[in-house]
Amino acid sequence: MSAQGVGASVLRKEDFRFVTGRGRYTDDINRPGQAHAFFLRSPHAHATINRIDHAAASKMPGVVAIFTGDDIAADKVGGLICGWMIHSKDGSPMKAGAHPALAQGKVRYVGDHVAVVIADTYAQAREAAEKIVVDYGVLPAVTDTADAARTGAPQVHDIAPNNTVYNWHIGDKGATDAAFASARHVAKIDLVNNRLVPNAMEPRAAVGEYDDASDGLVLYTTSQNPHVARLVLSAFIGLAPEHRFRVIAPDVGGGFGSKIFIYAEETVCVWAARKVRRPVKWTADRTEAFLSDAHGRDHVTHGELALDAAGKITAMRVRTTANLGAYLSTFSSCVPTYLYALLLSGQYNIPNIYAEVDAVYTNTAPVDAYRGAGRPEASFLVERLMEIAARETGKDPAEFRRANFITAFPHQTPVILAYDAGNFAASLDSALKLADYANIGKRKAASAAQGKLRGIGFSAYIEACGIAPSAAVGSLGAGVGLWESAEVRVNPIGTVEILTGSHSHGQGHETTFAQLVSGRLGIPFENVSIVHGDTDKVQMGMGTYGSRSGAVGMSAIVKALDKIEAKARKVAGHCLEASPDDIEFRDGKFTVKGTDKSIDFPSVALQAYIAHKFNGQDLEPGLKESAFWDPTNFTFPAGVHICEVEVDPATGVTTIEKWTAVDDFGNLVNPMIVEGQVHGGIAQGVGQALFEGAVYNTDGQLVTASFMDYQMPRADNLPFYDVGTTNTPCPSNPLGIKGCGEAGAIAAPPAVINALTDALGHEDIAMPASPLAVWRAARKTMAMKTAAE
Amino acid sequence: MPKVSMTVNGKPVSGDVDSRTLLVQFLRETLRLTGTHVGCDTSQCGCCVVHVDGDAVKSCTALALSLEGADVRTIEGLANGDKLHPMQEAFRENHGLQCGFCTPGMIMTAVELVSRKGHTLDEKTIREELEGNLCRCTGYHNIVKAIAAGATAMGAKA
Repeated sequence: MSAQGVGASVLRKEDFRFVTGRGRYTDDINRPGQAHAFFLRSPHAHATINRIDHAAASKMPGVVAIFTGDDIAADKVGGLICGWMIHSKDGSPMKAGAHPALAQGKVRYVGDHVAVVIADTYAQAREAAEKIVVDYGVLPAVTDTADAARTGAPQVHDIAPNNTVYNWHIGDKGATDAAFASARHVAKIDLVNNRLVPNAMEPRAAVGEYDDASDGLVLYTTSQNPHVARLVLSAFIGLAPEHRFRVIAPDVGGGFGSKIFIYAEETVCVWAARKVRRPVKWTADRTEAFLSDAHGRDHVTHGELALDAAGKITAMRVRTTANLGAYLSTFSSCVPTYLYALLLSGQYNIPNIYAEVDAVYTNTAPVDAYRGAGRPEASFLVERLMEIAARETGKDPAEFRRANFITAFPHQTPVILAYDAGNFAASLDSALKLADYANIGKRKAASAAQGKLRGIGFSAYIEACGIAPSAAVGSLGAGVGLWESAEVRVNPIGTVEILTGSHSHGQGHETTFAQLVSGRLGIPFENVSIVHGDTDKVQMGMGTYGSRSGAVGMSAIVKALDKIEAKARKVAGHCLEASPDDIEFRDGKFTVKGTDKSIDFPSVALQAYIAHKFNGQDLEPGLKESAFWDPTNFTFPAGVHICEVEVDPATGVTTIEKWTAVDDFGNLVNPMIVEGQVHGGIAQGVGQALFEGAVYNTDGQLVTASFMDYQMPRADNLPFYDVGTTNTPCPSNPLGIKGCGEAGAIAAPPAVINALTDALGHEDIAMPASPLAVWRAARKTMAMKTAAE
Repeated sequence: MPKVSMTVNGKPVSGDVDSRTLLVQFLRETLRLTGTHVGCDTSQCGCCVVHVDGDAVKSCTALALSLEGADVRTIEGLANGDKLHPMQEAFRENHGLQCGFCTPGMIMTAVELVSRKGHTLDEKTIREELEGNLCRCTGYHNIVKAIAAGATAMGAKA
């Protein structure tokens, strides 16, 4: 390992600009002559739009134009799409309600887009919007996940009776039911996986621009996948063909899934820019982000685990209702199906699994992938069931898990996935030691002596990342392939530009990708730059989500580097008058084997471009190669997180006393960055468990629509984390890496709730376990203790 | 429109502003100092923290016109040319940032924290003092470490 190559904790290249305020985010971009957009949003969760009168608004100072759904329809702007087809049990396709970028005839959630005002300044646009008169016919709303499919519930889309998007299932029902019939013990749980708001610190933003010289469109936007945005806006929404459409995602201030999707606002900005012949800029305020960013989670689930007499799991049975909100967001349909139920085997040998998932429409914001996307929901269910099963059968929760671990690989689960590698016991052993599990009894006694309740909770999670083999996801309904592309441009002086379809919005690709190239080509780290986030520069890309940039994005770079090395070897052969087969490449130098004849990489690059030493007809001049990498399997990061909490029954305050994480991410590119990803994931998972919850009232008003009302985790809510790793290299990509971006968010919620329920001595606590909820639960604990005495 | 004048990062500046213009809008839109960010509309997130006469202030909550004659320092004014301020360097060295959006506010908060609480900061103090700054990426672990290290480094420099 070189000092700056793969495996080293290299400090980040991008940090200098960020710590000096020189980052360039979408809202930092201003185009000459730009106008500003303000979206008039529905104040009602469900209403018909009888009439929109914007005559007075149009006369307000600075107003350039006001557009409504009628204008979108007149221009034949396509609706927003959901790119993953799910079929119901009966074979029928999911019921996708129309999703116009500006509402047409009806609004379906608070925040739905009714009109856009474009004015010289943002303040003018906002003021003018107040003069728009909308005649709404208010309808009853449905917001509750469990209630949405009830007969007689308000109907969100006419094409979806009982608000049902699909009734999907997976697994062998007969075999699973049979296993339950002969089970010695059945553990059961009813749970709600609470609705979350992703809340990247940078709100979404867009600047649309029309270039009348080329009749082309440019969109600057807060996207995790600018090429996918271009594809959707072009091929489906129909704004301009891809070759005349440039999408730029500059520095992006966090995504966590919420910036994957193609939303109404950027669609309207770039469409309107052509209409008004001026650049159109929009930046969400935080309230708009709460109202209209795709939310996450929101499941209601009943789960059961069957055990035999020896304490081995024989089957799992799951029934989930997933709330997808008012419209199907870009990838929403796959989240509670293939990203959820395929992970229900967890780290365990479970011979039979059967899961049913009903997806429903409600009058709430669309729900889609949020950090982990389906896998946190699976992990929460599996790990809560494991904990409860261990408690009910009188087993140590760690040893109960160990006894059911999958130990032989590859392992075919009953829910499609085939785990390729892992060593679950190694992570457990390491975590038990780091967490000082042996002495938890003493620590509990010490807390009890002070009138506090202490508990410890385990989470042995697994996830499927590095998404994904294109043909495999195609067979499951995906509308796209999930490869990644890369181009390696070697300049004549031997510096290198890497153009990647992955997109960095905090992950540090400018550093990690440069580490890979620097180590491989033996050139200084400083001589490598990473180009991403611009469809005019980068050939193609699928973007960053699902912990895929390392496993898929970097694998594409490796493939392109292989081609570069092969070509450079030929050039070196001409320079050194030797056969390429006799040349070895090491530490940036091509050497004729067994001799001291050598040439360094920059010199080979120069020779490749001046093309004096070889015949340009036999060997093409230049040194630039591209590649597409299509994964052969998902990757399977897994690990064990242990949370130790202390509860003050007098106040209901839960303090996280210790957090232990031992993760197997395969090989690490930059351990410092990996640890940072784990920290952030844990914080979001703790947020879900203890603080965060999006709440709609029965009228469909989002009552948690600001940071005053929705509790984000703050520094004084969280501890330092002890983070360790184990390593079974991933066999399905050249670097042996699995991905680390989502692990913490997947692992953390069950670890917290298992710790809390251990402390409380009963299972009666839901997420978010706020101080009030914990105080109530602790009163039950105290009553139980009194009754027992 | 009324005119406002102040000193920003050591330079006298002035501009004609709408009377409702916030300091952060004056900085970002009039002066094009886009290092100061806006992450919320309720003064909760701290992405917009700058120094006004030495105090850490949420620039989304101050009217530009109310700061006539003030001495304002933003993230752009912290480094000495390309030589980073010790707190900036500490954030870099401790991987105290990921997406970078909250970072300018975090750093400005941290520098002012050191001016009030000194160069030896324990974990509890740092965490409590970050009450007004949200980060969604780091889980705060490395931010807390960075601020402790930066505080020490600022002391060594002095």
